[in-house]
Amino acid sequence: MMESLEEIKARIQAAAPGVKIDIVANGSPSQQHSLLIDNEHAVGIAKFLRVDPALRLDFCSNATGVDWLDRTVKKTVKVKKLVDGEEKEVNETIEGKIPGYLEAVYHLYSITHKHGPVIIRMRTADRTDGARLPSLTPIWRSAEFQEREIFDLYGVRFDGHPDLRRILMWDEFQDYPMRKDYREPDDYEWEPTPHDEVLEKAKQHYPPRPAEEELKPS
Amino acid sequence: MSATVQTLEAMERPPVSMGSRLEGELLEVSMGPQHPSTHGVFRMNVALDGEIVRKLKPVFGYLHRNHEKIGENTSYLGSMPYTDRLDYFCSMTNNWAYALSVEKLAGIQVPERAEYLRIILAELTRLQNHASLLGFLLNDMGAWGTPLMYAFREREKILDLFESLSGSRMMCDYMRFGGCRVDASDDWLVGAKKIVDRFPKFLDEFEELILGNEIVIGRTQNVGKVSAELAINAGVTGPMLRACGVNYDLRKVDGYGYYPHFKFRIPLGEHGDTYDRLMMRALEMRESVSILQQAFAQIQPGPVLNPKVKIRAFRPPIGEAYGRIEGPKGELGFYLISDGGPNPYRYRVRPPSFINLTILEDMCLGHTVADVMVILGSVDIVMGEVDR
Repeated sequence: MMESLEEIKARIQAAAPGVKIDIVANGSPSQQHSLLIDNEHAVGIAKFLRVDPALRLDFCSNATGVDWLDRTVKKTVKVKKLVDGEEKEVNETIEGKIPGYLEAVYHLYSITHKHGPVIIRMRTADRTDGARLPSLTPIWRSAEFQEREIFDLYGVRFDGHPDLRRILMWDEFQDYPMRKDYREPDDYEWEPTPHDEVLEKAKQHYPPRPAEEELKPS
Repeated sequence: MSATVQTLEAMERPPVSMGSRLEGELLEVSMGPQHPSTHGVFRMNVALDGEIVRKLKPVFGYLHRNHEKIGENTSYLGSMPYTDRLDYFCSMTNNWAYALSVEKLAGIQVPERAEYLRIILAELTRLQNHASLLGFLLNDMGAWGTPLMYAFREREKILDLFESLSGSRMMCDYMRFGGCRVDASDDWLVGAKKIVDRFPKFLDEFEELILGNEIVIGRTQNVGKVSAELAINAGVTGPMLRACGVNYDLRKVDGYGYYPHFKFRIPLGEHGDTYDRLMMRALEMRESVSILQQAFAQIQPGPVLNPKVKIRAFRPPIGEAYGRIEGPKGELGFYLISDGGPNPYRYRVRPPSFINLTILEDMCLGHTVADVMVILGSVDIVMGEVDR
């Protein structure tokens, strides 16, 4: 049997003090809870998980992205208020905003010990185009194509990835189609007609034609 | 022979190539996407030194239709027929992997007869997938037609079984959350048993035909070797991983479905070369036949669908689940996140043949162009799954 996530967390923090790890509970009957690791120490934690003799999570099965939009959470809080000159406890709803982020989720198994999964997740600071995460490809090569896919479809840039390019969409594609707020264009086949910007480009590329007088034979 | 004394300066100078070979000039060739041996629309950018591969970059996406996004915009049940189109050779195992993940997500039990039917159909799928893969691989090697037709003759019998059970040869859409869509009649089971009983005879014939063939051995042995460490680290699964000698079969490790009730062996390779990968398929088919015969002997009448599951208007509790099965091509997984709504918030397919391609370059380096075709054929890819 594999040790529980609490034990894993405690052992990582004992090995490297100052590392921030949270356990993300999963309410579904699958009971697959996960570890939220901080981006700064992610590569070190991943190395620990892979090398540690009791865990030996040598097989990164699945790596994927998740897009979480900005969310508003409503909380009911009891507040003491003066109502008609009397102090009473009144329920009040407070709206809290959780800013959106992009997430990378890794499912790790051990082929040596045949146990798993240990799920680790990393979160970006925001959902802008420059969202960054450390790459775990140096630890598990199976993440190579999958991180490229996350970059392609979610727009997370992985620092330390050996070859971060688009993989499924074409290279000139601009947007990130798996994001929740992605709107597909009306026409994928649209090409700019030879006006305006294209004409401008063409002018820069080709020298202006010589005047007609110069072409005449002397 | 005369010895020449070299001055120190001459010795320090870098060696100048004087031979007939041009050094430093690589020829870049784009193989595919329209090429019969790339098994669909797959492209490799290859840098060649003469005939030797020095660099290989796979290019994906020609069949990309963002399956995952479509899955997020459809109900849970609506994605079931669409999983058939991932790996269109093995729609039954695709259905099972998806159904298993949803069952994990919602905590659904499956009746016993449905589990047996799932195993029967998954193993039949494995038989026809491996048989046709061997045929295609021989096709890539230049054995035009004959082995492939032998394989397809058997595959067609199994597809007929699928058709009479589910209504479709390849796009079966047979499994549901908590069981299977329809029950198999006794006649169907008898007919399936007959086909399975005759299958070893085909295997004897087929192995006689190809596995001892001198050309096959010459083309596959010591070609595209992978070490076990690299295979594990690169996430290679399925017969490709076991060809490297790594004993990892999810039917044993996870023991999903009713597989713990069955007796079967896991064939393991030794060298991790193309020949071992080819042998894995041949040996696994023997084990699948044995599993099928046990299943036909053990299956009991009973319900095939859990009546408590509301398949329509299905809303699993909030949470996430990752379920995986041993597909014919490797570990096929589905990762689902539910936000309590009728559609999954996140629907992710872990495609085995896509991730098995991670080490394609490592396998091909130093081999000839003709070997690239054989190595790619032994990976067993289906572009519907790779590009999604």
